[in-house]
Amino acid sequence: MKVRIALTVNDELHEALVPVHKTLLEVLREDLGLIGTKHGCELGECGTCTVLVDGKPVLSCLALPLEAEGRRITTIEGLAEGARLHPLQQAFAELGAAQCGYCTPGILLTAAALLSERPGPTRQEVKEALAGNLCRCTGYTKILDAVELAALRMERIRT
Amino acid sequence: MTKNDFAVVGQPLPKVDAWAKVVGETRYADDFFLPRMAYAKLLRSSHAHARIRAIDTARARAVPGVYAVVTGADLPPVKFGILPVSQDEEALCTDKVRMVGDPIAAVAAVDEETAEQACRLIDVTYEAQPALMSIFDSLAHPEVRIHEYGDGPNVHKNVALQFGDVDGALAGADLVREDVFFFEGNTHLPMEQHAAVAQWASDGKLTLWSSTQTPHYVHRVLAKALDTPAAHIRVIATPVGGGFGGKTDPFSHEIVACQLSKLTGRPVKIALTREEVFYTHRGRHPVLMWIKTGFTRRGDITGCHLRTWLDGGAYGSYGVASTFYTGVINPVTYKIPVYKFEGARIFTNKPPCGPKRGHGTPQPRFALECQLDKAAEQLGLDPADLRRRIVAEPFTKTANHLTVTTIGLGECIDKVVEASDWRAKRSRYGVTAAAQGGSREEGSEPPSPKRPGIGIACSAYMTGAGTAIYWNDMPHSGVIVRADRSGGVAILCGATDIGQGSDSVLAYLTAEVLGLEPVDVQVFPADTSLTPVDLGSYSSRVTLMCGMATIQAAGRLRDAIFKAVARKLEVDPAALVARERKIGVSADWDKAVSFARAVELGEAMHGVLAFPGSYAPPKRAGKYKGGGVGPSPCYSYSACVVELTVDEETGVVDLRDVWVAHDVGRALNPLLAEGQVEGSIYMGIGEALMEEQVFRKGLHKQPSMLEYKSPTTLETPEIHTILVETDDPEGPFGAKEVGQGPLLPVIPAIANAIHHALGIRIDEVPITPDKILKALELKRRGKPARVGPERLPLFTFKKPVVVESAFGQPADTIGVRPFQS
Repeated sequence: MKVRIALTVNDELHEALVPVHKTLLEVLREDLGLIGTKHGCELGECGTCTVLVDGKPVLSCLALPLEAEGRRITTIEGLAEGARLHPLQQAFAELGAAQCGYCTPGILLTAAALLSERPGPTRQEVKEALAGNLCRCTGYTKILDAVELAALRMERIRT
Repeated sequence: MTKNDFAVVGQPLPKVDAWAKVVGETRYADDFFLPRMAYAKLLRSSHAHARIRAIDTARARAVPGVYAVVTGADLPPVKFGILPVSQDEEALCTDKVRMVGDPIAAVAAVDEETAEQACRLIDVTYEAQPALMSIFDSLAHPEVRIHEYGDGPNVHKNVALQFGDVDGALAGADLVREDVFFFEGNTHLPMEQHAAVAQWASDGKLTLWSSTQTPHYVHRVLAKALDTPAAHIRVIATPVGGGFGGKTDPFSHEIVACQLSKLTGRPVKIALTREEVFYTHRGRHPVLMWIKTGFTRRGDITGCHLRTWLDGGAYGSYGVASTFYTGVINPVTYKIPVYKFEGARIFTNKPPCGPKRGHGTPQPRFALECQLDKAAEQLGLDPADLRRRIVAEPFTKTANHLTVTTIGLGECIDKVVEASDWRAKRSRYGVTAAAQGGSREEGSEPPSPKRPGIGIACSAYMTGAGTAIYWNDMPHSGVIVRADRSGGVAILCGATDIGQGSDSVLAYLTAEVLGLEPVDVQVFPADTSLTPVDLGSYSSRVTLMCGMATIQAAGRLRDAIFKAVARKLEVDPAALVARERKIGVSADWDKAVSFARAVELGEAMHGVLAFPGSYAPPKRAGKYKGGGVGPSPCYSYSACVVELTVDEETGVVDLRDVWVAHDVGRALNPLLAEGQVEGSIYMGIGEALMEEQVFRKGLHKQPSMLEYKSPTTLETPEIHTILVETDDPEGPFGAKEVGQGPLLPVIPAIANAIHHALGIRIDEVPITPDKILKALELKRRGKPARVGPERLPLFTFKKPVVVESAFGQPADTIGVRPFQS
């Protein structure tokens, strides 16, 4: 059975006719063409498919699009402000925090949610926020460094 | 060239693909959606070992939305495999399945769900056979045969090599140790599941986009398995979302997607599920090891004898190479005057093992480094000092005829010893200190059950396999560099970026040679129809081999441009330099011409500017059967110190800090080199403490990312990387490998630190809390505080190939390479 859904993704309203059981992950990638959201397990175990719903990290492989109607969805394509990269994106690129890059979108969004809620996190707080996002390339070291650098730069902009 | 002469090399630059990756633009294989594309699923065996008596696809074909159903009968009747000597796989099994997960049939349909539903309606009649689930099972039941080929019933490979009089050397030693170790198998777990999209166009030409580390080998296998001229096949490796060796074999799903595209006239995608990836595997071999080494009182090794038994799983894969790798690399690290190696790979009804980061070498490295620790303790020597003393000599040959060039291991050991404050912590922590109350704070607090310890280990790894998978005299790596009047430079190379940054290295080196910025260079990688062959991203070969080819090609372009600029400026071409996007004479830089102008002059003089670069390693294979595995242009070295605590009550290990010093030859980009070290350390930690690929009655016990434990941010300690540069004459601007070697010492360093903390030996990985508690219990009962393998298989190794030891013979300073001029 297909249903008509209306989703607000990256401040744009999208309408789609999709099978009712399709996950948010599948609708984002297959129906809306937002392939920046990746998948590592489709069981809610690796954090790769993380998107933000009303600013909070959500595993899109476990979410149903119907639940997200009327809410604000942010994917990696919506993290930059137009052509201006989010400080996290800038720091990840500069510090080599993305190796294969496959876990990167989910980690960037999770970190963005952390920094908007907690502007100057300790390294331990960053670790805890990202503990549900697996990365097999980096040993997390450059990821943590990049989040800290971005936090510092955002702090400077604010003050 | 000194460090200051470089403009790009040595700079901590972002990767050239970093920007696409942080905005989500990078297109991995599963991100390809083509018009009219069909989705396919594989039906996989539910039996670990069975004859296939019948396959009935009628019900599946009748499902609305199904475009095509294929079985092995629809494919050319050929077997394939990555190694020419182990052609034992079928894209779809025809008469027999050898593991749970073996592919039997496939369905292409309008969507994945329909394909999956149709797969469930395929009726397979199996005749179950006994499943052999361990080395011991397979050797005990020669009447049950997994394959009909090999070196004996269920023995895939049996090798024995001897270099010098090992028994004599052991007889003359002050101390001889015999130890037994086991290294459980584990898997790569890349974040991206394998995916492939095939398009067999109406003109008869086939294109495959695949998440593969080895498009060239996939290209060759497709031609064979589909009985189609290779000239009509194009393989494009998409950016790979993590490989670690897991995407180095040609796979069933790649072949099947092509066949389904041919049948349906549509593009076909197959994307594996995470569970399928656990069965596709080709990861770390479980290896049982026996090692006997002689030492002098002062810690010198007199000789070493190693036996390994590899649990290969159901197919050959890279297994013959893996078997040799368990034996041939250890002698590169230390002075081992005489050496004997016996190894066997046994078939079992489990997913086949193959190459994972460090391919075949972390297991014997674990054995040797733990044994060195035990010997140091018996001899009353500091384990760091012992290792420092026995470091191999640069520019010599090993007992097994490998040519070693630069060795930075001594410096690596010194650096980690210093950075970790090894000497102070070694005496302050540990079981001896604890017995004296040394590690406990004075005061009323109850003593913590967390015991601190510190351990060390070292390693070496190859920078690229000296021989290809198939014997040939062609380049291992090729590039084309072209420039045109726009001033733009393009580099075409078969290399595959798996996250390690090979695209970036190509751009950095081209920019360095031509005096440009990396952003001026467009990289076109990994397309078998456009790019010169590169053998693939494995064996830590890419930076060295593609790098040398790039320097050659870019150098030829530069020479041609210099000739034209020299005529224009009326100077000697030898006086010209390329820097800051200009070409001119340093002393008269005002007259320098822009790079774009220089290219115009060059095009006017020579015509189209496109130059090839080719690289093949120096031919240094030992002159004995088996001498082809192990030679490499040069070897990297690593030393690792681990500081941790172990909870005596729970057995939980808490890593505090890990230091690795790595001899990278030269860090072409220190940021990326550090990233490789950090990732290697992390992966080593997972293998040491938690990761294991284990089975029950043919089924994977933990085929999900939740159950298969891997370190998160919370288990990963602070990592301290020290890069040591030795400027190797074989490498591009002196560079050696960094992607695999630093994993190797981490595992034994953890085991040795646990021993330091508690006085217990865990001689098998992963070192889980239950093993630690078991060892502590044995210790309490006054028994040997060791947990590890208790028995070895009854097995007769081949009569060894006996060769003189080449230990200590001088090496050529630089090898003669094909295509050098």
